[in-house]
Formats: sequence, C-alpha cells, structure tokens
Amino acid sequence: MFKDIEHLIRLATVMAIAVVAFLVLRAGVVPRSFGQYGHYRGAAMGEIAARPIAFAGHDLCETCHSDVADQKRQGKHVVVACEACHGALAKHADDPASLTPAKLDTTVLCARCHEANSAKPKWFPQVVTADHSGGIACDTCHQPHRPKIETKPETESKAEGKK
Amino acid sequence: MYIPVEGFMYPNEVELQWSVLIVLYPFITGLVAGAFILASLERVFRVEAVKPTYRLALLTALAFLLVAPLPLQLHLGHPERSFEMYLTPHRSSAMAMFGFVYLWYLMAVLLLEIWLDYRRDIVVKSQTSTGIMRFIYRVLTLGSNVISERSLRIDERLGYFITLIGIPSAFLLHGYVGFIFGSVKANPWWSSPLMPIVFIFSAMVSGIAAVMLLYMITTRLRGKEIDIRCLDKIAQYLMYTFVIDFSLEMLDLLQRIYEADESFRSLDFMVHTRLWTSQVIVQILLGTVTPIALLGLTQILKLTEKTRKRVYALAGCLTVMGIFAMRWNVVIGGQLFSKSFLGYTTYKMGFATREGLLTAIALMILPFGILWLLVKLLPPWPDASSISASGEFEQAEPVRSLV
Repeated sequence: MFKDIEHLIRLATVMAIAVVAFLVLRAGVVPRSFGQYGHYRGAAMGEIAARPIAFAGHDLCETCHSDVADQKRQGKHVVVACEACHGALAKHADDPASLTPAKLDTTVLCARCHEANSAKPKWFPQVVTADHSGGIACDTCHQPHRPKIETKPETESKAEGKK
Repeated sequence: MYIPVEGFMYPNEVELQWSVLIVLYPFITGLVAGAFILASLERVFRVEAVKPTYRLALLTALAFLLVAPLPLQLHLGHPERSFEMYLTPHRSSAMAMFGFVYLWYLMAVLLLEIWLDYRRDIVVKSQTSTGIMRFIYRVLTLGSNVISERSLRIDERLGYFITLIGIPSAFLLHGYVGFIFGSVKANPWWSSPLMPIVFIFSAMVSGIAAVMLLYMITTRLRGKEIDIRCLDKIAQYLMYTFVIDFSLEMLDLLQRIYEADESFRSLDFMVHTRLWTSQVIVQILLGTVTPIALLGLTQILKLTEKTRKRVYALAGCLTVMGIFAMRWNVVIGGQLFSKSFLGYTTYKMGFATREGLLTAIALMILPFGILWLLVKLLPPWPDASSISASGEFEQAEPVRSLV
C-alpha cells in the first residue's frame, strides 16, 4: 500500500530531519537569556553594566576644575558636558597623574558642531569655517569654554563714539 | 563623494541608503512570482496552449528565486546576521518576516513542485546516466525509484495541490515586497495601500514577458520551431495583465493628483525633472504604452507569424525594461526628495563597489547561469521528457486528466 508513496515518505523524512537539525542548531546557538526582557539577549544587560566606567561626569570634573566651570557658566557652553569635547576621562578623574588629557585641535573639534549646514536650526551658531577662519584654530580668537567674543568690532565702536 | 543637492535636504537624506541592488530585489522577486503564475496557468487553469513553457517557467522562477536574496545580502553590512531571522524570529518586523516568506515559497512551493513534476525524469536519468550526473540524480530521487502509474498520479495530484497553494504564495511573495514599500508611511512616494497590488500585477507582467522571451530564445538556440499558438496565448495573457497593471498605476496616479496632499507639488516637480526620463519616457511611454499598443495590434491586425514573433520579442523586451524602470522609480525616486518637500538629492551609483553597477550586472547575469545549469540538469523541453532509455519510460506526458 505504501509502495506507491515511498518517495513521499522519504521526502517527509528528509524534511523532518531538516526541521529537527534546525531545532537542535537553534537550541545550541540561541543564548539562553534571549527574550528574557525583550527581543535581545537578557544577559547583555549584566555584561554592559559590568563594563568599566569610561566617563567621569562633569560634576566630578568641576570638583578640581572649578575655574573652568566658572568660565563655562558665563557662556552658552554651560550646557555642553566636559567630556563631550575632551573625551571619556574617568581614568584621569580617578588618578589625575596617570593620564593627562591631550590638547584638542579646535580647528576640527569646533567644526563638528558649528560647521554651517542648512539642516541646522537658524538660531544655532554656525559658520563656513573655510570662509570664517581660513584654517586658523578657533581658540586663536574664541575661548572655548566661553566662546562669545565680548569686544565690539572697531567700526561699531567708532559709530557709537560719533553719537 | 560629492553629491549635488538642490534646495534643502536633511543631512541623512543627501546620500541614498537603498542602492541599485534594492532596485534589483523587487525586480527579481517579481520575475519569480510572474514566472510561477504563468506556470500555474497551465497547471491550475488548464490553459493547454502555454504547456511548452510550463517547466521552463518553473525553472526560471527557481533560478531567479535563488538569486533574489543576494542583493539584500550584499546590501547588509553583516550578511551572516540574516540567518538570525530564522533563529530568533521577530514577528513585528515586516523585513524580518521576509525570511519565512522566502523559505516557504522556495521549499514548500517551488522546489516541491519541480521535484514532483520532474521525479519521473529524475528516476529515469538516475538509471541511464553515468558518473557524477548519475550520483546527482540518485541523490535527487531520495533513494526511491518508484514510478508506477499510481505513484505518478499521486505526484500529479499533489503537484496540483501545491500549485494551488503556490498561487497565493506567489502573490504573498511579491505582495510582501510591495507591502514593505507601501507601509513606509513617512514616505509619500511609497505609502499607498495600492502598492502591494501594483507590485503583484507588475510582477506578473515582468515574469510572463521574461518567460516568453526565454522561450523564444531557447527554442531558437535549440534549432526548434516556436509554437506560435503558445506564443500567441502568452502574449494575450501578457497584454491582459499589463492593461490591469497600467490601469492600477494610473488609478494610483489619479488619486494622488486629485488628492494633491502636502507632498504633491514636491513629487510632481520631481517627476517633471529628475524622474522625467526614467519614469515618463522609459517606464510609461516606452515600457508600458508601447508594448501594450504593440500587443494590442497583434490582436486587432492579421499579422504573419514572423511579424507576430518580432512584435512579441520587441514588446517583451520593452516590458521587462519598463518594469525595471518602475522598480527603479519606486526605490530610487522615493529617496530623491526631502521629507521637508523643499529639496532634491542625486543618486550617485558606484561602479566597481559592493553596491555598484558591476555588482548589479553580475547579479542579473547570475540567474541565467543558474538557469543554464538547471536546464542541463532538468531539461524543460516538451520533447526532452520522452526519455527512451528503456521501453517502460516511453510514455512521457504525465497523467493530467485525473486531477
């Protein structure tokens, strides 16, 4: 009776073996904690939490660099965290002598946020650096922690003097 | 790489993320679905005239289906991760579900149907061929050489049932591709509930045209006579499907023009500038209106066989080109305008890059190479199935009347 469907039984067997092999593979390679919290490996949370801390946080920076913090408070960069520009410096905060932060190249650093782009909001300070500074480092004129230049331009001072 | 931008673009819109490979993906899956539906015409709807193309259509569908995920794999930064959609299926992600749609269509529909249809030939060849080919055929028989009349009838009945399931599956495969684009609600060029339906009909059009051309070319290469009755019938179905497809696309266009929502002026400008050649000239005029008119002429005028063949060949080539242009305009066009509706970017195609022109050309040649291999392994020609190695295999045509 089964002779005429022998090939179909064999096909079904091959398919069943393939499905079982897949299930075995799946059981072997899918991490146990997958799906514990969502569509990801639950154990990843613990692994990430166990990573060494890289950022010190600006509160910790300010405990030693209060002079810089005071400067920042007077300008718009008060909202920019120290390590946003200086990089992750938890090691320096733990032991200042062990790591001295590198001097930053403001020609590149400032342009990262302030290079003109029509997609940026109009109120955001932005310049075409090639026209604005012609390759001169931004900190030649601007104090990075309080970037606004307070001195009035010469022409404006003369005009005011005439009044 | 400098990309010319006109007006205002958000920074993440300047460079196109979906390249020519993503154009190939719906184009190739469309050919698969279309070729399968042409095959089902004979199997399910009993259109006897198209019988000479039945097996060729199935093999074409398989050759293109095997290549269909490759553009996506090349597009992915980590192609090896794609297997994870099987290991840890994400049910709320339409893109992740593609793996299952693809697997279902490949394993449960196409391979099974081809295997059942060719099983008799495979068994015969496993006994008559020699060397490595004998080994391959023996593996394909799964160790069973039963080709009794009853077993073939069972195969036939099962094959019919699989084709029956295969039609909605082919619709699902390509409807899914349309769904992926149609469900991107942030993109007014794509977001349309008509998208899956338009994709299905355009898939049928491209698949039928491709198999028609392949049938003409392969018959010519084999030095055989083209079955003009078969060709006439395919061309007729091509025209019917194309008319429906074009009507749906025009309906979508009319809806957009009349609705004229906030995106309309921007999209209208894009069609009249950046997409003018690829959409209006290539897709609509050359790739749709001209082949429909040519196919229509063959229905109205009494043309000679020779002229009809030439007209069908020309119409087929224009159709495939037009459907490719349609995929191009959907995928690339949908990324050329800013979501602010105030600017336009340009698509810069790489040449010898991972997603460049050379890769795209190689991916389009590959299915033909696979098809050549498949044809060598499983000859689809009606005259080739009557293997006369031993007397008992002389009756070549499977029993269809019982289904």
